[in-house]
Amino acid sequence: MRTQVENLRDDVRRVLREEKVSLSGGIGLQTRGVTVRIPNAADRDRVLPKLQALSQVLGNTLTGNTAGRSLTISVDNDGLVQLTVTDAGVADKVHHAITQSIEVLRRRIDQLGTTEPNIQQQGNDRILVEVPGLQDTTKLKDLLGTTAKLEFRFAAAAGADPSEYENLPQTEQPGLMPVEKRVIVQGEDLTDAQAGVDQQTGRPDINFTFNIRGGQRFAQATAENVGRVFAIVLDNKVISAPVINGPIPGGKGQISGSYTIETANNLAILLRAGALPAKLTIVEERTVGPGLGQDSIDAGKKAAYVGAALVLTYMLVTYGTFGVFANIALGVHILLIFASMVLLGATLTLPGIAGIVLTIGMAVDANVLIYERIREENHMGRSIIASLDAGFTRAFGTIVDSNVTMFVAALILYLFGSGPVRGFAVSLGLGILTSIVTAVTMTRMMIALWYRYRRPTKLPI
Amino acid sequence: MKLLRLAPENTKFGFMRFRRFSYPFSAVLSILSILMFFSVGMNFGIDFSGGILIEMRAKTGEADLALLRGLGEKLNIGAIEVQSFGTAGDVSMRLGAQTGGDQALQAIVGRLKSAIGEGYDFRRIETVGPRVSGELVQSGTLGIVISIIAVLMYLWFRFEWQFAVGAVIATMHDLLLTVGFFSVTHLEFNTTSIAAILTIVGYSLNEAVVVLDRIREMMRKYKKLSIADMIDLSINAVLPRTIMTATTVFLALLALVLFGGEVIRSFSLAMMWGIFIGTYSSIFICTPILIYLGVRNDAFGSDAKDKKADA
Repeated sequence: MRTQVENLRDDVRRVLREEKVSLSGGIGLQTRGVTVRIPNAADRDRVLPKLQALSQVLGNTLTGNTAGRSLTISVDNDGLVQLTVTDAGVADKVHHAITQSIEVLRRRIDQLGTTEPNIQQQGNDRILVEVPGLQDTTKLKDLLGTTAKLEFRFAAAAGADPSEYENLPQTEQPGLMPVEKRVIVQGEDLTDAQAGVDQQTGRPDINFTFNIRGGQRFAQATAENVGRVFAIVLDNKVISAPVINGPIPGGKGQISGSYTIETANNLAILLRAGALPAKLTIVEERTVGPGLGQDSIDAGKKAAYVGAALVLTYMLVTYGTFGVFANIALGVHILLIFASMVLLGATLTLPGIAGIVLTIGMAVDANVLIYERIREENHMGRSIIASLDAGFTRAFGTIVDSNVTMFVAALILYLFGSGPVRGFAVSLGLGILTSIVTAVTMTRMMIALWYRYRRPTKLPI
Repeated sequence: MKLLRLAPENTKFGFMRFRRFSYPFSAVLSILSILMFFSVGMNFGIDFSGGILIEMRAKTGEADLALLRGLGEKLNIGAIEVQSFGTAGDVSMRLGAQTGGDQALQAIVGRLKSAIGEGYDFRRIETVGPRVSGELVQSGTLGIVISIIAVLMYLWFRFEWQFAVGAVIATMHDLLLTVGFFSVTHLEFNTTSIAAILTIVGYSLNEAVVVLDRIREMMRKYKKLSIADMIDLSINAVLPRTIMTATTVFLALLALVLFGGEVIRSFSLAMMWGIFIGTYSSIFICTPILIYLGVRNDAFGSDAKDKKADA
């Protein structure tokens, strides 16, 4: 609320400056709005439409389903103009802040790893965050509770106007530091932030990259102010105050301080994900049970067992001995996927299971492709060993093509998707890798051994 | 041991003759799917549309989750997500948004209360926003579009551009028809459905690549045949494999539909549909494109040259 009023004051001040209107007295701050006294009637008439423009129409203007305006403006006889934020205006701001916060939180939590968080608006002004499989919540709470508003400003020069700077606490040193209120570059102009290690001191630091706009401003500001002290301000605390030794072109920089690898990493995550539009307070924390209840899990397990039994039997009655080989390979494939998911610390969710199901299908398909090809070659009159060899070689080309196609798709989905799409991509990608090993290499080895010891005179399929 | 053979062998179906029917048929279905999507729309679940959250505590100290979950079907108010938290007696239930605003909501809460009975204290009732945010949908769609483009490039590189176009058109056909399927059947569309769609896209791509791969091989071998004959020959050659794979996956999905319970039923049903249209499109949509786009039957060079390249 207060920032909303302060932003309004800044907007009003900007309008008045642009129109060069003289005021009597300053701009008054009130709980729900601001007041300005404009004695000159002509000035007032000139400025009022501009001030009206600050008041936005809320709701969806396309459908005409509007929810009123964000400000009411009234003028009394003495020329006192009062701008008040309406209830609808407050609600709209809160709504925007919540939606934006949800996106920022999702980006932050996505960086924790392959968990699929559930982030939902709850009630009017609360956000519900559910993260599966987390034991230690302190890191999560740090990620949720930090606003991460990053600003690059100058330390106040000697003899500066006190109204132009403010005294901010420092994290690296005791005491306050006078810092200019003017912001040179903001956190939203960052395109990347990574934790690294300082080449000279060997201590962890954070390397950041600006976008083009931020890079240009940063380069210009540093070029014009060599010798002055820069203040890197995070959530109104000075976290670093380097002296500008020379212009810094290229849009890159680093923040050093007394970081551990972990705190540097956390800060990098926060900077990458962007700042929250408002400070969030954690109102409640608790452990929840699985979203799929035990009864659903039981049903799923039963279905998986029945399905697996059907597939294994079907392979067995269709391919006999070779079906056994395919089934062994399939079993190893499933073990390998789960093992690699455990290694990566990925949580198992429904989309993830869908990815695994798809790779099981692909693994079966790989074996079917090979066996059908062996049959085909055999029917064309090749000897057993030649059919086996040709079957594997020819089918392998197809298997590689279809698996690489899928892998490309999974990789892109992982890079561009988030949440459930990502979970799907992870298990699909892992499954493709393991299925090639098991369905092709393992079956080939088993069939080679079988051929050596049995010396068959007839193909069993 | 006598082995089971479901698939006929040495078939000589003239699949390509059907392209005069399959194209108009699929075009109509695709357009209908798009129309259905925009007119009827999807039955978006709580993941997309938001809904209400109810927190309760069982007076006995032990909540019956299965009973509560079953209420959704009993009262005909859509799927209810039931989750325990804290103690064994604390439950939260999530319901999809109901049409009819506050009044309808109150009515549902009333019905729920009377159905649940005296055993529970209602501790909190409030609205929740969608779990799938606009950004998630955007990034997901972007992901699918870019991955289709990447697949197009890869297949172009591995085959000829006509093959890549065929595979991508077949995949998009399956994607559209799956959306149509969700719209017609009014199956709830939730995050699991996204997984189903992604899986169908994957299956569809796999089917297309297997058929295309065989066509490429045939093109190296038989230079004299017309493209249509060559495609028919290839599809007949992989037909036993196509039937075998489709039946296997179908069996697995059947088990999921019958025994998997409410939560994954919409996923399994959509997947079954996907297997069906994925197989159909790989034969009747993907390959005729090669004829329409005029692939030359010497596009992959001679067999001899190819063998040398392989060696």
